[in-house]
Amino acid sequence: MAECHPVGFQWVMEAKARGAKVIHVDPRFTRTSALADLHVPLRAGSDIAFLGGIIHYVLEREKYFRDYIVAYSNAPVILREDFGDTEDLGGVFSGLDAAGRRYDNGSWQYEGTEMQAASGQRDTEYDKRTGGDGSLTEAARGEAHGSGGAVIGEGEVERDETLTHPRCVFQVLKRHYARYTPEMVEQVCGVPQDLFRQVCELVTENSGRERTTAFAYAVGWTQHTVGTQYIRAAAILQTLLGNIGRPGGGILALRGHASIQGSTDIPTLFNLLPGYIPMPYAHRNEDLDAFVEAEAAHKGYWGNMRSYLVSLLKAYWGDAATAENDFCFDYLPRLTGSHSAYETTMAQLEGVCKGYFLVGENPAVGNANAKLMRLGMANLDWLVVRDFSLIESATWWKDGPEIETGELRTRDIRTEVFFLPAAAHTEKDGSFTNTQRLLQWHHQAVEPPGEARSDLWFAYHLGRRIREKLAGSTDPMDRPVLDLAWDYPTRGRHAEPDAEAVLAEINGRDAEGRPLSSYEQLEPDGSTSCGCWIYCGVYADGVNQAARRRPGREQDWVAAEWAWAWPANRRILYNRASADPEGRPWSERKALVWWDPDKGEWSGHDVPDFKKDKSPGHRPPEDATGPQALSGTDAFVMQADGKAWLYVPSGLTDGPLPAHYEPQDSPFPNLLYDQQRNPVRQLLSPHPDNRYQPSGDEPGSQVFPYVATTYRLTEHHTAGGMSRWQPYLAELQPEFFCEVSPELAAERNLEHTGWATIVSARGVIEARVLVTDRVAPLTVHGRRLHQVGLPYHWGPNGYSTGDAANELLHLSLDPNTHIQEAKAFAVDIRPGRRPRGPASVELVRAYRARAGIDERTGTEP
Amino acid sequence: MGGDEDRGGLLYGPQPDVAGAAGYPDAPPRMGFFTDTSVCIGCKACEVACKEWNAVPEDGLELTGMSYDNTQGLGADTWRHVAFIEQRKPFGGQEPGVAHDDVDVFAAAARLGTDAGSPGPGSTAPPPGQAPAGAPAGRISPLSPDGRTELRWLMASDVCKHCTHAACLDVCPTGALFRTEFGTVVVQEDVCNGCGYCVPACPYGVIDQREDDGRVWKCTLCYDRLGAGMEPACAKSCPTESIQFGPLEELRERARARVAQLHAAGVPDARLYGESPDDGVGGDGAFFLLLDEPEVYGLPPDPVVTTRDLPDMWRHAALAALSLAALAAGSFVRRPR
Repeated sequence: MAECHPVGFQWVMEAKARGAKVIHVDPRFTRTSALADLHVPLRAGSDIAFLGGIIHYVLEREKYFRDYIVAYSNAPVILREDFGDTEDLGGVFSGLDAAGRRYDNGSWQYEGTEMQAASGQRDTEYDKRTGGDGSLTEAARGEAHGSGGAVIGEGEVERDETLTHPRCVFQVLKRHYARYTPEMVEQVCGVPQDLFRQVCELVTENSGRERTTAFAYAVGWTQHTVGTQYIRAAAILQTLLGNIGRPGGGILALRGHASIQGSTDIPTLFNLLPGYIPMPYAHRNEDLDAFVEAEAAHKGYWGNMRSYLVSLLKAYWGDAATAENDFCFDYLPRLTGSHSAYETTMAQLEGVCKGYFLVGENPAVGNANAKLMRLGMANLDWLVVRDFSLIESATWWKDGPEIETGELRTRDIRTEVFFLPAAAHTEKDGSFTNTQRLLQWHHQAVEPPGEARSDLWFAYHLGRRIREKLAGSTDPMDRPVLDLAWDYPTRGRHAEPDAEAVLAEINGRDAEGRPLSSYEQLEPDGSTSCGCWIYCGVYADGVNQAARRRPGREQDWVAAEWAWAWPANRRILYNRASADPEGRPWSERKALVWWDPDKGEWSGHDVPDFKKDKSPGHRPPEDATGPQALSGTDAFVMQADGKAWLYVPSGLTDGPLPAHYEPQDSPFPNLLYDQQRNPVRQLLSPHPDNRYQPSGDEPGSQVFPYVATTYRLTEHHTAGGMSRWQPYLAELQPEFFCEVSPELAAERNLEHTGWATIVSARGVIEARVLVTDRVAPLTVHGRRLHQVGLPYHWGPNGYSTGDAANELLHLSLDPNTHIQEAKAFAVDIRPGRRPRGPASVELVRAYRARAGIDERTGTEP
Repeated sequence: MGGDEDRGGLLYGPQPDVAGAAGYPDAPPRMGFFTDTSVCIGCKACEVACKEWNAVPEDGLELTGMSYDNTQGLGADTWRHVAFIEQRKPFGGQEPGVAHDDVDVFAAAARLGTDAGSPGPGSTAPPPGQAPAGAPAGRISPLSPDGRTELRWLMASDVCKHCTHAACLDVCPTGALFRTEFGTVVVQEDVCNGCGYCVPACPYGVIDQREDDGRVWKCTLCYDRLGAGMEPACAKSCPTESIQFGPLEELRERARARVAQLHAAGVPDARLYGESPDDGVGGDGAFFLLLDEPEVYGLPPDPVVTTRDLPDMWRHAALAALSLAALAAGSFVRRPR
């Protein structure tokens, strides 16, 4: 965190100054470790075993917060008899279709009912709920994993509040994690038992009524074939310890860019609409009612999805959206399958995807298997790159690595590449949404230089010109574009759209055009418009609430008047859980919101995440739906059952509980289960430049004996577009380097500041060598393991240059998020510089031959 | 030493009113830096902010192999330098707990607890640096998986010391170097003639000639910003308040308390560097809290202003001249006729 989020780390330092203990778990000793009380190096790719070990400790020693989990989690809920855990099925869950690499989650449901996931894979119940005909296309099958089970509402869940029923979630959890012992953690992660015990003690002693513990993570947890399950493991732990919805608790996702949170809230993702409303699939004859019926949870705030969606359609299409035409629901594009970034690359290689916009993204350096990204772009008709500098993704056609190796020739490439200079954040108005869901407005300081323009300018004027070209068209295909409400005020000599006008549209308006102040005001009948329901209130009273900058010293500790947090300026989500079932704070020390019986309402420091006048004793009538169906103790108001899920009956493609699987490429067999890898990880169609490696005990796996991981340095930013061209930053970390232990340096004759060549089945790169104690060898499975650290900022362009670490990576993805496994893979390392030209391709081929790699290697279920 | 007293501590020894001694009537309090390296996270924001504000040129891309330090040292084109030292010493050497006198969180937290009906987390917030009652005992034994029991990574942001007795200034023949009303030492780039006398005079090796123009350059303690009531760029950009800017007397007090706090927390190595008015330069305007010997950070252990002996030297020179004259005269006297 100090390494990649130094500004945010100041608050960790504040906490330390107040007596907090900081534990840093990372394969490397980083700038964070230097300031931590405890650094725990572990093998990259083994975190579920590590977290599972802590869960085991918590359950075994009864360190969980019993009252909290009985009241607020699904620990007491009883599962169906036909659910099979990894304990029963040799490391996989029931419902696995191994050949199809998918799970049918029917058997994962609660006894007596079926849940709709609050977010994530929500399309799973479409056919059941609509009585449909199984019209999912072949391509969309990967998303449509669920089909069995009873429709929600057919029965109440069965609960055992003593937590002793053998099929209750709590008991299933206990059995599932029974094998995650400290000895196992030591074997799998390389963390000595004494060090591990210290972590367990620190975390559990600092949790409970009086104290809370927070977890912070970044892409070190997400970029794995089981990345989502890493986060789930932390969620289980934090729920067991009662650390969710309470001050000082939570799981904090540290984002890679200033507004990555914002770009999922108002998404740049293919499968979401603003506010986490799912993108509709290409079902036959699906109208608005059928979509809402299939997607909306029947209980909790997602029960109001129709209001959120209709208001969004009104924001998109304005007066053209009417009740008669289903508010233009049919204008929304439809998904025919997964269209994530990597699948788009494969579509480029197949010639299906012909045009591509890159806005502030440098896949030729920053994406896994960078070579495949370039080959995909070389197969496009046109490519638009908007960035500050001539990044590698804009120039690969003339000076990319494939030009040097002869794999591409400039004159053969037919892609037309447009480079459009972009304005920096200091050159435009806008907002950043940070990991705390805090929208902070920034004002333009200077005009952008030359032809540089803001992304808002680009999107608005592109749309305006397209609409001009289409004007008068009678083709129904053009109606969605022509009917858009595309009328933003502009200012200045560049006709820059007014960013605050966009914010006001996102906030939403009532029938009279007045700004709304809360998403509870949104209506399903088209009388309100709102561009993103969770952001409703950011422009309350016509005031840009995100631009508020009242200093902390002039406020209480919640500092509610600094910027604006979604939803409803609430600083801690699910904060009803900070009080006990009767509405009293769990402890005075950790009080946040509480029930005020005199006033008959929820009160507190933060905005209560609960209906203001719903008493703790409230029990909903049986026929209630949506928020009305929540009881006075259903603290997790967005969930279909109002509970924190220790066990996930629906919404994940790869299992209801996290289980440790080895990374796609791993020098070790899976000690915990017979199942080596995530059986439903997402593999892309075979490509000669995307070969996987043998793992564990398979012959050839020791050709790549070292574990590698990629990461960032404080001095640079992601794929380097914002930093490698800056002399003041380039001079601080002037060259690509790898970090190795003195022991590995001795083993492979690597010389400090000399050159090393690093090879995988995909590529070969060279790096200067930093020999350091900060990368310690570990003892894993009883043998010594060396790890290689690779900062991934560099590429051949810019002021500071070097090979791109991502040349080494494969495309084997997390099946939920379609994210690459960049944080744990296997390589070989040798002294000296890499071969040039065709010889470098030859070297990789020779390695593949030595390891016996073909198109089937590593594709086993 | 008698000569120094005659000069009112101008060249050596304590000098409580450095601006006054330089001829400023009613000078503002002496300003300086306290760099607390125990909370430095090595982000180098100070280096970049300094170069940005002062338009200091980029000075070369060289991977040094000295941990993450590719800046190497202070010079004409580097006015802030973050040193990185990897050591096989116990964990936990760096300890936060810095008192934020001017920062709001504790005050706000404390205020909260005093409000009736406001049982927030702040109400029982312990004073900075102390574990609250009931906190985990947190026995932490230094242990690393490969059996190495010792590893620590020191980071420290170095800067011009703005000495009480600044030899650079004393030897400058043009008056390009001058003492400001804030007690800091600044080069006037339009006066410097590049003679370079100041370079060997600096006991810290800070001031340096720029290769392309021959003039000398160093930290101005952002004289332009100070004049406008702003803090220096490096201190402004420091996320953890490792670099603290303020009246020197206040900083010294804060620093002594911080050292006591660290000693109490079991960090016996914590010590101040350049804080004492009794040291060889009369105390630094920019001083440091270090966690190891100064040499470890590349700092001289006992710097002495190079002009300390100037009066003596002049006395000796005068004596020598006198003796020579006497000798010469004597030789005439004794010359045989």
